Amino acid sequence: MIRTLLQSRNFTLGLILILIFALAALISFAWTPYAIDGVDIPNKLRTPAWPYVLGTDQYGRDVLSMIMVGARVSIAVALVAVGIGMVIGVPLGLAAAAKKGSFWDEVIMRGNDLVFAFPSLVIAILITAIFGASAVNAIIAIGIFNIPVFARITRGGALSLWERDYILAARVAGKTPTRISVEHILPNVMNLLIVQGTIQFSLGILAEAGLSFVGLGVQPPMPSWGRMLAESQTLIYSTPTLALFPGLAILFTVLGLNLMGDGLRDIFDPKVRKART
Amino acid sequence: MFRYILKRLQALVISLIIASLVIFAAVEIVPGDPASFMLGINAQEDTILALREQLGLNVSLWERYFTWVTGMVQGDFGTSYTYRTPVSDMIAERMVISLPLALYALTMSTLIAFPAGIIAATRRGSVADVSVMGVTQLGVAIPNFWFAMLMVVVFAINLGWFSAGGFPGWDAGFFAAMKALTLPAIALALPQASILARVMRSSLLDTLSEDYIRTARAKGLTRRQALWRHALRNALIPVLTIIGLQFAFLLAGGIIIEKVFFLPGLGQLIFQAITQRDLIVVESVVMLLVFAVILVNFAVDLAYGLADPRLRRART
Repeated sequence: MIRTLLQSRNFTLGLILILIFALAALISFAWTPYAIDGVDIPNKLRTPAWPYVLGTDQYGRDVLSMIMVGARVSIAVALVAVGIGMVIGVPLGLAAAAKKGSFWDEVIMRGNDLVFAFPSLVIAILITAIFGASAVNAIIAIGIFNIPVFARITRGGALSLWERDYILAARVAGKTPTRISVEHILPNVMNLLIVQGTIQFSLGILAEAGLSFVGLGVQPPMPSWGRMLAESQTLIYSTPTLALFPGLAILFTVLGLNLMGDGLRDIFDPKVRKART
Repeated sequence: MFRYILKRLQALVISLIIASLVIFAAVEIVPGDPASFMLGINAQEDTILALREQLGLNVSLWERYFTWVTGMVQGDFGTSYTYRTPVSDMIAERMVISLPLALYALTMSTLIAFPAGIIAATRRGSVADVSVMGVTQLGVAIPNFWFAMLMVVVFAINLGWFSAGGFPGWDAGFFAAMKALTLPAIALALPQASILARVMRSSLLDTLSEDYIRTARAKGLTRRQALWRHALRNALIPVLTIIGLQFAFLLAGGIIIEKVFFLPGLGQLIFQAITQRDLIVVESVVMLLVFAVILVNFAVDLAYGLADPRLRRART
């Protein structure tokens, strides 16, 4: 399995990119080149040069250190949001497929349509207007947006499986729809869920960056790539490099996840290799 | 067809009612009374009561919900808590920027994505195809507000072709206004165009391998004729759906891009309203955005039904 995965150029390249940022995030718990919670005015707005490899911001904080700590915020927010979407969305999708055409199927799918009508940004605006801006509220907003995505994917995959002979056999054997869903349907839609999970992960990173950029996400003093970009905006005339590195960090993380997703899809479903989107 | 439209219309109305209930309920659970917030901590009890009366806050929840909804249907979104001006005027003032921006970006995205997707699909594996796939891979991964900032550095600060932000107003002339919207529209269009080009490419690849294309070629059509007469038309169905959905997201996504370019659009309005706790404005703008998404979905459903008779009967 691992060998097949690594044979995919997309997957390997994506994995390397993700590992770099995941490693940076992990290391940041133990060590960063400089402390990021202090102010060091004499060293403010340095251009990238040793020992400040990526320069410093207007408070003299080391940009590399902030990007490392920012990585853990971005990854954590997006990952938890994917978790929320899966934990709620997958059971809903399984239930809807098991009772296809029933009242509950209709309710679940219409409910999905409704949540779909609220882009994550709009959910975030509502939540922020009510409870105030915070990282947790950003996670909830992105998580809610993920629920119908996973519900739909699960239901779609499960519906075709319910027609299969081995499901019929399981029913004849007296298994309840719930048991069939968990024991036979779920393992077989796992591939779909993993691919969709990487896509939602990358969308989550973009969404968190966007929300933090407009002040609806992670709050100071916690560093975040989106907030670093927002702060660099006022200094864009004097120090344009400040806006460069946090953006590149977002770009490479998202690119890495998308490449991994493409690679996984190719491996799980050789048919699509023919006509990839 | 009539029954299909009726059924979709029914779903549209139900969605709108539930969405408005959700938004109204969400805003209602906010602690604090807008009237005392507006008047400050030194306000007299009777002044607060009078203002509550004036704002229509002294009636039951249901009555307030119905006033809100029936007002919106008639184009009356209530009065801003902060500015005491009609919310509908405030929204209209901002819409003249946000709506043209979304349309501009949509046009741009379509004009880029169609040729790119068609070329990539018809010359599969060529240099053109590989570059379209590569560029679009970057296009979906790049945060559009960061791309916007980079464009400001290059085209506004270094080259001086555009101003770095702000909006001269439509009074300054059509071209001056459009020029101010050009960089924001490019930033908004880039990820959308990337997605659209990929959908166009894969959809066209699918249809090009259909039997009826082989039949068309067999009866003597050239590749180009088969492409334009048969493949493209069938490939367009999923593409149109995506375009429809993108419009709503462009309207909402513009909120972030507006911040980069200091455009006084819907985004600025809503962020101002959030900091000033002008909840009636938040409520109305959110409802408007959700309404746009639901309406576009409805239109896409109808277009689908028109294009594909099978869908009219069996839709889950």
